[in-house]
Amino acid sequence: MASPDLIMYDEEFQLIKEIISRLRVDANAKIVFLVDKNGQQIAANGDLESVDTTSLASLTAGNVAATDGLARLIGEKEFSILFHEGEKDNIHISIVGQRVILVVIFDDRSSLGLVRLRVRKASMELEKVFQDLLKKVEVEKSNLASGFESPFAEITDEDIDNLFSE
Amino acid sequence: MTFINYAAREINCKIVFYGPGLGGKTTNLQYVYDRTNSNSKGKLISLATETDRTLFFDFLPLDLGTVRGFRTRFHLYTVPGQVFYDASRKLILKGVDGVVFVADSQRARAESNVESLQNLDKNLKEHGYDLATIPYVLQFNKRDLPTAMPADEMYQQLNIKGEPTFEAVAPQGVGVFETLKAVAKLVLLELKKK
Repeated sequence: MASPDLIMYDEEFQLIKEIISRLRVDANAKIVFLVDKNGQQIAANGDLESVDTTSLASLTAGNVAATDGLARLIGEKEFSILFHEGEKDNIHISIVGQRVILVVIFDDRSSLGLVRLRVRKASMELEKVFQDLLKKVEVEKSNLASGFESPFAEITDEDIDNLFSE
Repeated sequence: MTFINYAAREINCKIVFYGPGLGGKTTNLQYVYDRTNSNSKGKLISLATETDRTLFFDFLPLDLGTVRGFRTRFHLYTVPGQVFYDASRKLILKGVDGVVFVADSQRARAESNVESLQNLDKNLKEHGYDLATIPYVLQFNKRDLPTAMPADEMYQQLNIKGEPTFEAVAPQGVGVFETLKAVAKLVLLELKKK
C-alpha cells in the first residue's frame, strides 16, 4: 500500500478534540475542523449545525490536492496556507505535518492575523499528537505480528452481505 | 487508505469510479444517490462544467451500517473521464481503497476503454498502488445500446485478473448496486488481511 492506514485511538482523539476546541475559542472562530489529506474528516468543533461537514471535508481535500498540483507545476513543494475571503465568512486552510489539513472558518469577530497566530501554535501541538499516533500505530502493528487480533480479522462474508440487505 | 477510528468506532473507505469520458461514472453515483434512503447518505457533490461534464470529481458519502461494531462509511468518488483532465484524475486516486472501472460498451468506444484502463494503471503506479493487487471491479455499462459489443469480447479486452465483472445499464440501475457491493466487499476483505 502506498500510505499506511490512518488509525485513531481514543486517547489521541481526545487530545485532538481538546486542541481544536481551544483553537476555536482562542481564534474567535466559528468552526475549526481537521481533515485527512484524502478527505476523511478527523474531528470538528464549533457551530457544526450550519454546515455539511462531510462535504466540507471532501471539498477541502480536493482544494488542497489541486493547490498542491499547482505548487508543483511552478516548482514549489506545497502552498502551506490557503485563505478564502468571503463577504461574511472566511476560510483559513493550513497543512499540519504534511498529512492533515486544519480548517478554520471565521467572520469579522476575528481577523486573519489572529487566526494565523493561533493556528501556528495549535499546528505544532497537533503535529506532535500525530507523530505520537503514528508511533503508536507502528507498535500496535508489531503487536499484531506477535498474535494480537485485529477486530477485522474475523469479518465474514455474511457480515458484509448483511450490510447490503435492506 | 482506510481511516479506522477506534474512538468513534468508524471505518472510512474511499472508492473511485474510473473510466473513459461519457461512460456513465456519474450516472452510477446518481443512481446510488437516488435509491439510498436519506439516513444513510450525504449530499451528492458534482463539480461539473455547465454542460454537466465532470470537471474535478463527484462525491457521495454512504453509510452502510455496522460491521463488527464499527460503522462503515464509504466515500464514493468519480474522476473526470476526458483525456485532458489527467492531472485531476491522478489527484483523486490518492488514498484510494477500491476502484470500479466503468467501461462503455459501444464498439466505437472500445479504444477509449483500453486507453483509460492503461491510464488507470499508470496513475495507480504513480501513487504506489498496483492494479493487480488493489480491490478492483469491472463494469460494462450501456448494455442496452444496439451498438454494444458482446460481453465476451469486452471481457477479453478489459478483464485483467479475473476481477468481478458486471453488465450494467446505469440510468435504470441495472448492475449498479451489484458493482458497488462487489467492490465494498473486496475493500472490507482487504481489511481482514491487514
